[in-house]
Amino acid sequence: MNKHVLHLVLARLVIAVITLVIVSFTVFAATVLLPGDVVEILLGQAATPEAVAGLRAAMHLDDPAIWRFFRWLAGILTGNFGISYANNMPVADLIGPRLLNSLKLAGITTVFSVPIALSLGISAAMWRGSWFDRAVTVLSIGVVSVPEFMVATSAVLVFAVYLKWLPALSFANEIHSFGQMLRVYAMPVITLSFVISAQMIRMTRAAVIETLNTPYVEMALLKGASRARLVLRHALPNALGPIVNAVALSLSYLLGGVIIVETIFNYPGVAKLMVDAVSTRDLPLIQTCAMLFCMVYLLLITTADIIAIVSNPRLK
Amino acid sequence: MTRSATHIHAAGYSLNLVGLLGFLIVVVWAMVAITAPWITPYPIGEIVDFDYFGPISDKFWLGTDYLGRDILSRILMGARYTVGISLVAVTLSCSLGVTLGMTAAVVGGWLDTILSRLLDALNSIPSKLFGLVVVAGVGSSIPVLILTLGVIYTPGAFRFARALAVNINTMDFVTVARARGEGTFFLIRSEVLPNIIGPVLADLGLRFVFTVLLLSGLSFLGLGVQPPDADWGALVRENIGGLPFGAPAVIFPSVAIASLTIGVNLLIDNLPQKIRDRSN
Repeated sequence: MNKHVLHLVLARLVIAVITLVIVSFTVFAATVLLPGDVVEILLGQAATPEAVAGLRAAMHLDDPAIWRFFRWLAGILTGNFGISYANNMPVADLIGPRLLNSLKLAGITTVFSVPIALSLGISAAMWRGSWFDRAVTVLSIGVVSVPEFMVATSAVLVFAVYLKWLPALSFANEIHSFGQMLRVYAMPVITLSFVISAQMIRMTRAAVIETLNTPYVEMALLKGASRARLVLRHALPNALGPIVNAVALSLSYLLGGVIIVETIFNYPGVAKLMVDAVSTRDLPLIQTCAMLFCMVYLLLITTADIIAIVSNPRLK
Repeated sequence: MTRSATHIHAAGYSLNLVGLLGFLIVVVWAMVAITAPWITPYPIGEIVDFDYFGPISDKFWLGTDYLGRDILSRILMGARYTVGISLVAVTLSCSLGVTLGMTAAVVGGWLDTILSRLLDALNSIPSKLFGLVVVAGVGSSIPVLILTLGVIYTPGAFRFARALAVNINTMDFVTVARARGEGTFFLIRSEVLPNIIGPVLADLGLRFVFTVLLLSGLSFLGLGVQPPDADWGALVRENIGGLPFGAPAVIFPSVAIASLTIGVNLLIDNLPQKIRDRSN
């Protein structure tokens, strides 16, 4: 890696950090500066003026907003996420096990969908214009242009209602065997895989087709190379950078999808925790979950950008 | 203006069959949204069937919902919320984004840098999460929804318009106008905007699809349009209990959303080349 590339990568990282600061300010502003007095909600029936004033002072709510923002940011940076309003537990304890569950779901989905999506995308590009390519394209556009919950409800209709292979909307807490685990995870994983695969297939196909249009691939064609050789030996190695970039970007769609999927299937993950926190207006919990999501999202798109920079041969 | 009007008859402006189909779907839903209160077969809030999650029948064309209300009527009325809110929100985000984008491109310098950086940062909050956070802070109502959706899709419109406007900004006629001493507002309105309006409108269509999807998603989570009103996402939410036995009440609102978004996509993808790529 030469100096120029290193410089670009560092610049991208600095931008990511600045972005994170702006994002954290936005999250804080949206949840705290807007109307609705937290203290009165917390105290409920017991909201006498004295109690309200006392609690306000104890929670530092009378300090200037910018001061509260920095105190909150410092807390986040040192791992002190605050106490949940709803059940008085430290936010970190609430999120910990849920995060593990969500990561499990995301991990299984990734392992499952990346190979399938890549092979579909590459083979669609290989036989561009065939009925296979058209079917894959129409299906992926279809999935992209409907809401995630429709993908989920369709999966339930097909696999649980008509085929009766899987349980519909229940999520068992007790898992005793591998078979049971498979049945429980199947539906959320299928739904999420559809959502992120559609993006990945489209982007992979576009990346491979772009390299297929280059002069050296045409040269290989004129030399009489077969179609498979053309794609696998000549186009694919050069499309690798854009494809990895596409994978990282598509994985960021997991974040939106996971909110819907965890809610619809009652999956005990972070997203479900956050949606529940919104209905109880549990602000510390919402803020921490939101920051967590934004950080993962930023991590994924920054990784995608850096891969795109590093794999671009023109920058070397 | 009169010159461009005569050019409309030139080749390249005809819509193909698939595009026409998309156009028809969009027009039908727009008509439904406008005339909804007069064409619903039953009053939307009234329980008309003693059976809940009723099947498709002569009396109830799309079945009944979890309380025994007519689903067709509720979908027709829901078009008002889904199409209406999304349309206002997308108009807001596009006019704001495009104006800022053109200004950033024409003025350049530190204004451009700050606007780009700020809006890029806003763009790196996942859209559904942004909606969740705002609803948690302010509560959900239709004006809040419109504003939130509008803000969420402003950065995208900004980035798109700015990229186009930067290209126009280097053209000779803009340099000439600048040398004439025209102000920023004139440059934006008379030199840049007419040259990017085609792609910007196509982009507005795509952004409309995103807005519809996000609004439906939020309503599905119970954070969008609040009862007793219901958009299509909220209709799916209230009838989700019918899913295990495949009730039409949970299927048809989803089908309505899909038909609208796929219709707009078909229309945009098949727009005449001249409208889509006018800047090239």
